[in-house]
Amino acid sequence: MISNITLFIGIMLMYSTPLVFAALGGVITERAGVTNLGIEGMMSLGAFVGAAAAYSTGNPWIGFAAAGLVGGVVAFFHAFASITCRADQTISGIAINMIGPGLALFLCRLMYDGATMTHPITNKIPKIFGSTLKGALGNLNVDVTVVIALIFAILIWFLLYKTKWGLHIRAVGEHPAAADTMGINVFRTRYVCTVASGVLAGFGGGAMTLAIISQFNPTAISGQGFIALAAVIFGKWTPHGAYGACLLFGGAQALTVILGGGAFAIPSEILAMLPYVLTIVILILFVGRSAAPKASGVPYEKGAR
Amino acid sequence: MANVSSEYAVQMHGITKRFGSFYALENMDLDVKRGTIHSLLGENGAGKSTLMNVLYGLYQADEGEIFVNGKKVDIKNPNVAIANGIGMVHQHFMLVDDFTVTQNIILGNETTSGLGVVDMKKARQQILEIVEKYGLEVDPDARVSDISVGMQQRVEILKTLYRGAELLILDEPTAVLTPQEIEELLTIMRNLINDGKAIIIITHKLKEIKASSDTCTIIRRGKYIDTIGVEHVTENELATLMVGHEVKLVVDKEPAKPGEVVFEIKNLIVKDDRKLDVVKDFNLQVRKGEIVGIAGIDGNGQKELMEAINCLRPAAGGEILVNGKPIANTTPRKVIDNGVSTIPEDRHKRGLVLDYTVNENAVLERYREAPFSKNGILNRKEIENFTKELIEEFDVRPDDCGPKRAAGLSGGNQQKVIIGREIAMDPDVLIAVQPTRGLDVGAIETVHKTLIRERDKGKAVLLISFELDEVMDVSDTIAVIYDGHIQDVFKQGTVDESTIGLLMAGGKGNE
Amino acid sequence: MNKAEYILRKPFVKTLIAIVLGFLVAGIILVIAGYPPIESLKALFDGVFSSSKHLSNVIIKSTPLIMIGIGVAFAFKTGLFNIGAEGQFIIGCAAAVVVGIECDFHPVIQIPLVLLAGAVAGGLYGGFIGLLKARFGIHEVLTSIMMNWIALYFSNWVCNLDRYHKPDTLGTYTVNKSGYTKVLSEWKMTSEGKETLLESEFLTNTLLKTDVNIGIIVAIILAAIVSFLLFRTAKGYELRAVGFNKFAAEFAGINVNKNILHSMLISGAICGLAAALYITGNSPHSIATLSAFENYGFNGLSVCLIAASSPIGCIFAGLLFGGLIYGGQSMQYAVGAPSELINIVIGIIVFFVALTHVIPILFAKFSKGGKKHDK
Repeated sequence: MISNITLFIGIMLMYSTPLVFAALGGVITERAGVTNLGIEGMMSLGAFVGAAAAYSTGNPWIGFAAAGLVGGVVAFFHAFASITCRADQTISGIAINMIGPGLALFLCRLMYDGATMTHPITNKIPKIFGSTLKGALGNLNVDVTVVIALIFAILIWFLLYKTKWGLHIRAVGEHPAAADTMGINVFRTRYVCTVASGVLAGFGGGAMTLAIISQFNPTAISGQGFIALAAVIFGKWTPHGAYGACLLFGGAQALTVILGGGAFAIPSEILAMLPYVLTIVILILFVGRSAAPKASGVPYEKGAR
Repeated sequence: MANVSSEYAVQMHGITKRFGSFYALENMDLDVKRGTIHSLLGENGAGKSTLMNVLYGLYQADEGEIFVNGKKVDIKNPNVAIANGIGMVHQHFMLVDDFTVTQNIILGNETTSGLGVVDMKKARQQILEIVEKYGLEVDPDARVSDISVGMQQRVEILKTLYRGAELLILDEPTAVLTPQEIEELLTIMRNLINDGKAIIIITHKLKEIKASSDTCTIIRRGKYIDTIGVEHVTENELATLMVGHEVKLVVDKEPAKPGEVVFEIKNLIVKDDRKLDVVKDFNLQVRKGEIVGIAGIDGNGQKELMEAINCLRPAAGGEILVNGKPIANTTPRKVIDNGVSTIPEDRHKRGLVLDYTVNENAVLERYREAPFSKNGILNRKEIENFTKELIEEFDVRPDDCGPKRAAGLSGGNQQKVIIGREIAMDPDVLIAVQPTRGLDVGAIETVHKTLIRERDKGKAVLLISFELDEVMDVSDTIAVIYDGHIQDVFKQGTVDESTIGLLMAGGKGNE
Repeated sequence: MNKAEYILRKPFVKTLIAIVLGFLVAGIILVIAGYPPIESLKALFDGVFSSSKHLSNVIIKSTPLIMIGIGVAFAFKTGLFNIGAEGQFIIGCAAAVVVGIECDFHPVIQIPLVLLAGAVAGGLYGGFIGLLKARFGIHEVLTSIMMNWIALYFSNWVCNLDRYHKPDTLGTYTVNKSGYTKVLSEWKMTSEGKETLLESEFLTNTLLKTDVNIGIIVAIILAAIVSFLLFRTAKGYELRAVGFNKFAAEFAGINVNKNILHSMLISGAICGLAAALYITGNSPHSIATLSAFENYGFNGLSVCLIAASSPIGCIFAGLLFGGLIYGGQSMQYAVGAPSELINIVIGIIVFFVALTHVIPILFAKFSKGGKKHDK
């Protein structure tokens, strides 16, 4: 029994970690008023670059950093289009979702002789308790990235609600004109937040290929970016809400795994639906109306009335 | 144009500002002495706000110079303006609804205690000090979305003082205040002046200028007209200078000939978003051929009252009757079909679909009816013809705006489209909420004349406005609303402004 | 605004510029990757235009994309982001397959029945999203993402049911032939039919070698109908008003919630219809277990965006998209450039579509002598 519970917790934490990184990024950028639908694309590129860098250098942390870096670079393009060019942020995000996975596969073929997956990395992200723990407690021996994700969530909560930068970010997302008249640089704040969201999305991709599956392949990132986006909305654009939503998804996935292996005669496909049906049910019962930051998705123009 | 000297808090000389080929400001001058209240008078669109936006660094002038206390300055952005002691209170408040009063005040200027953490305690303390000094009553922990408009304005003023403003720019400050609150604002302004500060008031309200200012600069179509001492000039003279020709300030009208009661509200109770009663046992009657005006301060239940009448909000008790038929708690469609047309308070939010053309907006309530539609298919020709007539009758400019987006029209013309549309429905009851908000003198005259004309046609007209002058001027019967119910009702001409002002603020009238 | 600027503002021109820029960047990527750019692009073009078989295939491949694009565009016009098109398409396919296997009437009844099944399934599936938004205020993007996954697994479950599962394969049985929407599908398989067709090269290349079906005709008619509905009818007026400003619409007596629901019902139904036409018109006329999304819905979304949500525009954008994907296969075959490159090219075109609205503004600034007006 205990081992089932710890197994559940372990799998829940594992599945949710990439989502948490990406969702936190989504929260930051939306709070600043920029819609980032391209999380999936940024995660894909982060996943590939992370795996490739970790394989070449033998060091997973370098891979992790590289993943974040590439995510940030992609986000910069999105920021340029959305903020400076005032382009339609939805379209830009979707474009990134098309380019990202394609580019990741393309680069993979280029670097690895036409293969669509990277070689397995020799050093994965370490577990928090080292490699010795077994049994029931062993299930709780999660990757360090799980802890990092939690720390990020706390840090971002702190940033948004306790510091002056958080005040600026939220003001820019709710009422950019007010922030502007108070001397806050709306453009710069939005740029920083968008790039930060890309870095976090990249970390999310890296967390996938460096800790969970130890290599990049075409299905490493398939839909997690959208789930992260859903988590942002579900969590009402707060870091703690998004974290909880990611845990919910992760938990539902864990439940699927545990139930699937057990004596229940539920077909595996129905079981697989479980997390998503559960989310909708919870939405209807508890969450209800949700409102994005007022200026989200709207390019800021000085003097526009 | 005065010589540059440190006697003046600010001097703007030769300011020109272009947007494309349009000159918003052309060689404009402004000199404001320290320790004075100086008005900037002009019609809507004359360039007053643009000039102040240049001063505050939101725009950069194409030509001209600015001097603060005798020194030339280059105000690149609001930070520079703030650093030079300039503070601005905008007409449309720049407040973040979800933030508290304190958060709004310190935004961008936060005192931090290590790692960027905001020191809320210190901030509150500093704010309360300023509150004491100048008499600006606020609740520092309240959310801005929950406080009254008057308090919101005080928060805006506090924002400037928190940053050490020596020159305050107030853009249309009295738009939403009662006579009593205006008195309070004047007291606050006098306190600031006595402290050596200077105040610029942007306004098109002649009475406010007479009551508050020492000097006044008039601007017309972006150009400098004159600067005068306010003491020795009349309101009519100011109006003439502002518009460029003689203006009638009080509307002409025949006495009313009211018929039977057509619109009646009985014991109405409406709850607000927090489930509190905000319209409390409200009673009102409007007759055919009569204009009833409701005078009151914003925030006394007018919004919820209107939403209940239009069925955008449920009525928790009581009745609303049109020709005897109850319409409360039905649908907006039924209200319209029962002969009630409303000119809404917020023309951009409720009145128009800005992305639709003027043609499309003109039939917003009637697109399904013949002749605009047949068998569910729109008849474009009929819609176009109808709109052409509307444009002509109500003098909407430009007169070929039918196929153009409504967003491209000026505020006044947008309002005319809405008014024309609602009147064209030939309602039994015409309700106008803040119908002249943001309109210039000429347009205001047109709107008032239109309301009176509809009254003369036998309609029941209900006017809700925060401009006391408007209500007293236009209405045949004046009702005063306070705290969600009617305090008292008067016939036009039988009551004076100060009595109404007192009732609006909750006091008891002269028995 | 001078003549040049006026032309630059036209949506068609802007899309054209985006496409040209997209190809330019694609060429640069090819060069960096070591593939000959001119040859590659030539292979792409030949892959589409060099034979009527190719053209036929492009049209066939584009058909579902065009229709889904129209469905998504419909939702956009009414203010809703139907990212759930993917799920509605999957559900439509599943419904079409089930009805197509269970029933076997005369084609005159069977075909409309199967198509109706797809449309109804897609419509209800989309309508559910609309209901949640209208009744509970739940964001349609959130519900849609969940529903997409549910549809995927549901489809797999149907696929694996004993009743429908074809042994030794990953998929279901094919739908009954009476439901096929291919042109002359029976006749062209007979020896008599083949003989007749082989006499004409054109007919050989198209009818015999590809799955020519009536889908494209339905798509074009649909574009016209949807356009008419949106811009010429009272219902379309209502829906667009709600999309532009639901507050003003409400104030004017329009029932906002009802219209949100109707919008998603129709959008979903269009996607479901696209699915049914796809199943009945293309081999293998069945569905298979999916391990990941096939992206019909997301590609349809891109088509809609390239077409700036214009139903008629979706026809051309869909053909472009289909051409790029199909021609991309030839490019892969000819120079070895991998298929991902096509995804990248399409993504870049979409990216430039987002940017191109800036072009007339930039042009205006530069044409005035490069003088800066506001900072």
